[in-house]
Amino acid sequence: MIVTYALFFATGCYTLALLMNLWRVVKAPGVPDRILALDTMVINFIAILVLYGIIEGTSVYFEASILIAMVGFISTVAYARFMLRSNIIE
Amino acid sequence: MEIWQEIIVAAFLVIAGIFGIVGSYGLIKLPDPMTRLHAPTKATTLGVGGALIASMLYFVFTTGFFSFHELMITLFLFITAPITAHFIAKANLHTNVDRSQVSPTGSERPWAGFESDAAREIAESRGAPDK
Repeated sequence: MIVTYALFFATGCYTLALLMNLWRVVKAPGVPDRILALDTMVINFIAILVLYGIIEGTSVYFEASILIAMVGFISTVAYARFMLRSNIIE
Repeated sequence: MEIWQEIIVAAFLVIAGIFGIVGSYGLIKLPDPMTRLHAPTKATTLGVGGALIASMLYFVFTTGFFSFHELMITLFLFITAPITAHFIAKANLHTNVDRSQVSPTGSERPWAGFESDAAREIAESRGAPDK
């Protein structure tokens, strides 16, 4: 019973956090801020996916979270690399 | 689940939620790009770690089986967060920071974000395109 309320609280927190990140992606002062907001969005989405796994009571979503974590990391590095060298694979 | 198990899982969940929202709020609130880098890469990573530990404990308490999936995700995020922060800091240094305003490195070489520019300047001063 306590866990249910804590799950509601944590899901609400991460939903608000995702909305703030979306606001940051739309209204960023520079491109590095936009990349940072996208990276934070990926991390918060992993947290929401894990919380949804607890709510549903299955551990199916962990594979999806691992995949999203890897894709998010690689895309962030690719964006930053593209900004630094204007090329990803030299 | 026993009541003390529920309390432990709920405490981890609440900590995770608070850290997540603080990290994302810091992304909006902090004044300049280099300080803005701190909030998501530290607080949000810790928040996700808390959520994953809560999930791990929940499945241990309900099913009795111990799984390492969550620890794998936590480890992956804790390894990759400093790397992404470093790359974004370099990109930010490359685009937004004035070259004459940075502090000296204490050696002949420039900061790593400016090193490609310095190499290009040397090549241009020699007058020949380096192939």
